[in-house]
Amino acid sequence: MGEFKKPESEKEFSENFAQIKPLMSDTGAYYESSRCLFCYDAPCVNACPTGIDIPLFIRQINSKNEIGAAKTIYDSNYFGYACGKVCPTEVLCEGACVYNNTDVKAIEIGRLQTFATSKAISQNKKIYSPAKPNGKKVAVIGGGPAGISCACELRLHGFDVDIFEAKEKPSGLTVHGVAPYKITNEEVLDEINYLEKQFQFKIYYNKNILVKEDISNLEKNYDAIFIGIGLGKTADLKIKGEDLENVFGAVEFVEKLRMNHHNTTIPEKVIVLGGGNTAMDAASECSRMGAQVILAYRRSKEEMPAYDFEYELAKSVGAKGIFSVSPVEIVGENGKLTGVKLKSTIDGNEFVESCDWVIKATGQSKQVELLNLIGNISLDEKGKIIVDRNFQTSNKKYFAAGDAVSGGEEVVNAVANGKKAADGISEMLFKK
Amino acid sequence: MADLKTNLAGIKSPNPFWLASAPPTNSGYQIMKAFDAGWGGAVWKTLGVPVVNVSSRYGSLNYRNTRMMGFSNIELITDRPLRDNLREIEEVKKRFPNHAVIASLMVETKEEWHQIMRDVTNAGADGVELNFGCPHGMCERGMGSAVGQEPKVLKTIVSWVKEVATIPVIVKLTPNISDITRPAVAAVEGGGDAISLINTIQSIIGVDIDNFVPYPVVDGKSTNGGYCGPVVKPIAMNMLKNCAQHPQVKIPISGIGGIENWRDAVEFILLGATSVQVCTAVMHYGFGIIREMIAGLEQYMDEKGFRTLDDFRGKALQNILHWEDLNLKYKVVASINEDKCIGCQLCYTACEDGAHQAIGLSDDVLNRKPHIIEENCVGCNLCSVVCPVEGCITMERRDSGNESLTWKNRTLAGTVPKTFDDELAGGLHHWVPEPADALTKKKPRHYGAVAAD
Repeated sequence: MGEFKKPESEKEFSENFAQIKPLMSDTGAYYESSRCLFCYDAPCVNACPTGIDIPLFIRQINSKNEIGAAKTIYDSNYFGYACGKVCPTEVLCEGACVYNNTDVKAIEIGRLQTFATSKAISQNKKIYSPAKPNGKKVAVIGGGPAGISCACELRLHGFDVDIFEAKEKPSGLTVHGVAPYKITNEEVLDEINYLEKQFQFKIYYNKNILVKEDISNLEKNYDAIFIGIGLGKTADLKIKGEDLENVFGAVEFVEKLRMNHHNTTIPEKVIVLGGGNTAMDAASECSRMGAQVILAYRRSKEEMPAYDFEYELAKSVGAKGIFSVSPVEIVGENGKLTGVKLKSTIDGNEFVESCDWVIKATGQSKQVELLNLIGNISLDEKGKIIVDRNFQTSNKKYFAAGDAVSGGEEVVNAVANGKKAADGISEMLFKK
Repeated sequence: MADLKTNLAGIKSPNPFWLASAPPTNSGYQIMKAFDAGWGGAVWKTLGVPVVNVSSRYGSLNYRNTRMMGFSNIELITDRPLRDNLREIEEVKKRFPNHAVIASLMVETKEEWHQIMRDVTNAGADGVELNFGCPHGMCERGMGSAVGQEPKVLKTIVSWVKEVATIPVIVKLTPNISDITRPAVAAVEGGGDAISLINTIQSIIGVDIDNFVPYPVVDGKSTNGGYCGPVVKPIAMNMLKNCAQHPQVKIPISGIGGIENWRDAVEFILLGATSVQVCTAVMHYGFGIIREMIAGLEQYMDEKGFRTLDDFRGKALQNILHWEDLNLKYKVVASINEDKCIGCQLCYTACEDGAHQAIGLSDDVLNRKPHIIEENCVGCNLCSVVCPVEGCITMERRDSGNESLTWKNRTLAGTVPKTFDDELAGGLHHWVPEPADALTKKKPRHYGAVAAD
């Protein structure tokens, strides 16, 4: 297991990065949907951050009302397709399935969800129409899951919405940061197009908000502003040798891989530093690109914040874990990276593990510059935006959700909270 | 070792498993193949004046991922010339002398009945089955169920057949009638040697909701069909019981209707069947299902100590009483095995919405296991039948077991309710919630808002 040849073509890339939750066939979906018990007050619903009525949409699939199923999903979650593929369903809906309490396999809820939504997307079924204009305008900074979810909900209620996206593609980490074996770029973009056609929000790409003037203009032209800017670059470890060539941040690497696929260069041996889900993704991806991968984490395997199944996945494609080691220096010779000096957090022994690349998956920085530029937005000690239950910030014109608030959660959490923020905006602007 | 040998009114077969008269018995090829696989007998696809069939003949009732829970057909009797069928009957009998070959027959006039009786007897058939059951196509021509629905006509035709019969005559009955015992008694009175039931039930199996036409579709149109398959088994068994318990029906019965495994066969035999006939299951899975049926039946008989089929035939009949003779003192209540419960709460919602509000949920949202509110439980079994877990909800006996009081006893004693507001009403002291409590009852957050008034 786990021996991958470096992919030389798009075909080989998609083989190495085969979808771990492939689209179900009509037959597969029919049989799988037949197994759902239609639990009362179903625990899967309660485990879903967006509260999708899962037993209902599964029953709709089973009675061959796939578009109705898609509507049930989208009514709660505008990223229904993407979430079906990228959600950690093992610890959310599927993890809560009552079949886990006996020896029956949990319902494949994620795959059923993508099945239903794929029907609506591929048939371009119009489910929603924006309400009559209500006269209010909202700017959304950041076209990621939180921002787009917020925009859809606002458009549904008649707000005029403009999204300002710094990159040239929408959906944030869904297209730039999720592992390619979870969802393809085309799948992500198809869903966003589908939403855009129905909700008719405007997205301005490559539109980075950088200067005070941009902010003044936004504040002048819009009644409310939603911040869904996510996180920034990978944070510095502040150890020696970090500035050597071939030392990368995990999010930067994943983005490069997602955009360049088989054309991404990859060396023979990579060390990934970190124990979170991003570290597991980076390790899996390097392995599938044909590299030999070492995952180095400073605490024990049991203490890793990554989900067990993510570690198992990385292991299954060949990544090797080294635990209880902390990086003390990135070692180079003549300015060229040669390895990482690791120190045991148990006995203090130090040793050098050789490698050609180091990928740091040790957390991302917060985009505090922009927030400071806006002004009057309170942040917590870690730089996360503080919001109230309506996702309103201390600067009353601004609302926020997604990773900039949470510090880094799943797509589904951003989608859920972006939508709640839209309700918050609505409440503020139409408060009696 | 169990002996499966069967003798129905003189028709002998190595086991009670016969193929019913239907598409699987259309030809000597199929019947030889079935006998080779282990089937004990076969009722030939109904012989008569050959028909012309339509294309597109079957429709299926699927339940979730189960195909052909119910099955409907609009095919008629044989469309092959009688001479071909007779030649093949002869060939099959020559090769399988100890297996039962029964010729199903459907013709109109007395002369035709006499002629075809002589023909199939000469071909070597072990018996005949008179098809008075077919509920589609043939009945409109005065045959099939049109006969089965008119006991007098049925009796007359049976007596015509018996005038010339030298082999046993089975009369196949239609279920498309309110009292199955009337044609059964007529069959006896006409001199029939056995009856078989049920034939198919008139049905519309489904409707194509895009084109507004029922299945099976024949050039944009359809017609009613004959319904069979696992779903009709309960109806068949009730009719079997009605005939088997009837004092005037002393002739043997061949049971038909939804049989597909050994358990089904045992149930039919316990209700009085001598042989059982199978069609839909073979049309679904092929002749190979016989392996499971024979092995299961043998195993069951060995475990129960039954040597022959007669040892348990009709054994359940004595336990089927009229409702008025059931013991009103008997009391069971549901019991949930917490170790097995997986927390789906189907029992809760079933009892809450479909029965007597006798199951409660914990106030602790993390505890999904429901509990029985015993004082509200009427012992209806609903929770135990909806529970998806084997052996999780059981019904526990609560009465002493020493008392018996039936409706009939109470009627004789004058202690049954007689007026609309009678104090003796069975549910008088049974707790029911106030109607408006329904609107304030806690419900899952995704169930949506209460309808506005």
